[in-house]
Amino acid sequence: MSGPRALPSYRDQTPEVRERFDRLKAREVILEVKNLSKRFGDTLALKDIGFTTHRREFLCIIGPSGCGKSTLARILAGLEQHSEGEVLLDGKPVRGPGRDRGMVFQGYTLFPWLTVKRNVMFGLSVNKVGKLEAEREALQWLQLIGLEKFADSYPHQLSGGMKQRVAIARALANQPRILLMDEPFGALDAQTRCRMQTHLLEIWRKIDITIVFITHDLEEAIFLADRILVLKPHPGEVQELIEVPVPRPRSSGQILSEEFLATKARLEELIHSSSHGEGEEDYPMMMTRLTPVGDDVE
Amino acid sequence: MRPPDKRVLTLLSFLLPLAVWSAVSYVPFLWHPQMLISDPGSVDYFQPGMRIDRATFAEEAAQAKQENRALPAGAPANPIYLPAPHEVLRAFYAAFTTKPETRDGVWLHQSLWHSIQVIFWGFVISSAAGVPLGILCGSSRLAGKICEPFVEFFRYLPAPAFGALAVAILGIYDGPKIAIIVIGTFFQQVLIIANTTRKLDYALVEAAQTLGTKGVKLLTRVVIPGILPDLYRDQRILLGWAWTYLIVAELIGTTTGITWFITQQARYQHFANVFAAIFIIGIVGLGSDQILALLGRRLFPWDRATEKTA
Repeated sequence: MSGPRALPSYRDQTPEVRERFDRLKAREVILEVKNLSKRFGDTLALKDIGFTTHRREFLCIIGPSGCGKSTLARILAGLEQHSEGEVLLDGKPVRGPGRDRGMVFQGYTLFPWLTVKRNVMFGLSVNKVGKLEAEREALQWLQLIGLEKFADSYPHQLSGGMKQRVAIARALANQPRILLMDEPFGALDAQTRCRMQTHLLEIWRKIDITIVFITHDLEEAIFLADRILVLKPHPGEVQELIEVPVPRPRSSGQILSEEFLATKARLEELIHSSSHGEGEEDYPMMMTRLTPVGDDVE
Repeated sequence: MRPPDKRVLTLLSFLLPLAVWSAVSYVPFLWHPQMLISDPGSVDYFQPGMRIDRATFAEEAAQAKQENRALPAGAPANPIYLPAPHEVLRAFYAAFTTKPETRDGVWLHQSLWHSIQVIFWGFVISSAAGVPLGILCGSSRLAGKICEPFVEFFRYLPAPAFGALAVAILGIYDGPKIAIIVIGTFFQQVLIIANTTRKLDYALVEAAQTLGTKGVKLLTRVVIPGILPDLYRDQRILLGWAWTYLIVAELIGTTTGITWFITQQARYQHFANVFAAIFIIGIVGLGSDQILALLGRRLFPWDRATEKTA
C-alpha cells in the first residue's frame, strides 16, 4: 500500500492524449444526465448523478456492488423510470426504451428461436426495414464480428463469447445513437473476456458509436474507456470522473505501463475508500474452527 | 458396467407388469381363488364351465366323497373379471376381425373413432379459448388478476358434476360430452398456460424493447415464439387429461363411443373385450403423445429441453 513507487499521477497526460481528449470534448454531446436520482421505496439507490458523453466516446461506469450501476444502465435504456432529474439523448428527454439506445445485457438474451442471422435482423424487421435489406445488413454485421459462418446456427450452438458478439451485432444493426453495455463480459472466462475487449475496441474504432459500458473490473474499465465514471455506494453517487491517460490504440501490453498502473492505483483507492462502510464484505469472518485442521499453514 | 440401453428399459417397463399378470394368470397356485368346473359329478347345482369358490368346491367334493357319490372335477381358475393375457390378445384381434355379435353392436374401431372425435372437438374448443386467454393472463398483470381467481375456483368444480346441466342445455348426444371435456380441460389450461407465459425470461422482452419493439409486437414477436415449445408441451399434457374425462363424459346422455363398447361387453361378461378396449385407449393415448413429441422436435429445433428427451 505505502511502497514509494514513483508512479506518475493519473492526471498527467501526454500531449497526444491531451489532444485526443480536446478533440473528444469538442464533439457534440450525445447523452446528458442531469441531477438524476432513483428511489426504490424508501431507499435511495442513485443520488444526483450527472455526466455527459460525447459522440464516439467510450465511457465506463465503475463502482463496487450496490452502487446502482446496473440501475443506472437500465434507466439510460429506459427499462426503469428515474425518480428525479433528466436523461437527455441528443437533447431530447428519454422516456421508455427505444431503438436509439441499444443494449447488451450481462445474461444471454439472444432469442433462442431465431438463428444468429435472424437475431441480428430482429431490430431491423420490427422497425419495418425490408427483409432483403435487413438480411444484407445482418450479414455485414456478422462479417464485422467474424461470425458469418454461424449465420444459420441457433444461439444454443454458440459459446458464451460468441453469443455476446452476436448480441453486440444485434444491438448495433439497429444503428442506435448509443450502445449501453451492462457487464456484458461478466459471465465469460478470463481469456475470452480479454479477446472480447480487444474485439469490442476494434468494432468501436470502425463505426460511429458512443458506448456506455458498465463494469466492476478495474482493468477492463481502464483498457476500454476514454473516461471512467466512478460511483460510490449507498446511495450511488458520482465519486470522480477519470480521464484515462493510456494512449490509443490500446493493446494488452499496456496493462503494465506506468499510466495504466497509476490509473489503476487511483481507481483502487477510490473503490476501496468507498466500499468501506456498510458493505456486505465488511462483516468479519468467523474464525471459529469447526474441525481440527492440524498444523497451521502460516 | 455399461448403463443399459434406454430401449431395453422401456421394453422392460412394459414387460414387468405383463410378467406379473401372466404369473397370476398361468401359475395355478398363485391366487386362483375359484374352480372352473369341468365335470359337475354328482353335485346337482354344478355345471360345466361354472366358476365356484375353492372352499365351496372342496366342501362339496368332500361331502360327495363321504357319501360315495361321483366326484366333481375342475381346475383352479381366476374370477371371470381377470382374463389371461392370451385371452385379451385374442379379444383384441377378434374385435377388429369378427362382426359384432348383437344387432345393435358396433365394431371396436367404430366406437373408438367416435370417442376420438369427441376428444378432438372438446380439446379444440377448449384450446381456442384457453390458449389465448392463458397467454393474456400470463402477459398482462391486470388480466391475470381479474381472470385467474375465478378460474382457480372453477377448476375445483368436478367437470362430471355439470353432466345433468349439460344434457339439459345441449341434448343427449355428443354436445354434453364435448362440453364436459371442455369444462374439464379449459380451466386447467388457462392457469397452466398463464404460468408458462410468466416463466418466459423477462430479459428477452427487455432486449426486444431496447431494439425498438413495442405493444402487440412484443407479444407476437417475443412472448409467443418464446413460449411456443413449452406451450406445445403443456398442450400435450392437457390432451392426456382430456382423455381421462372421456369415459365419464361418454356416460352422460346416451352412452356412446368406447364407453358404450366397454359397458356393453361388461354386461355380457366379455371381460377380455373390456380389457382390450381399455388397453386400446392407452395405446391410442400414448401413441398420439409420442407422435406429437416427435413432431415437437421437428417444429422447435432450437428447444434444448426437447433435445434432451430425444
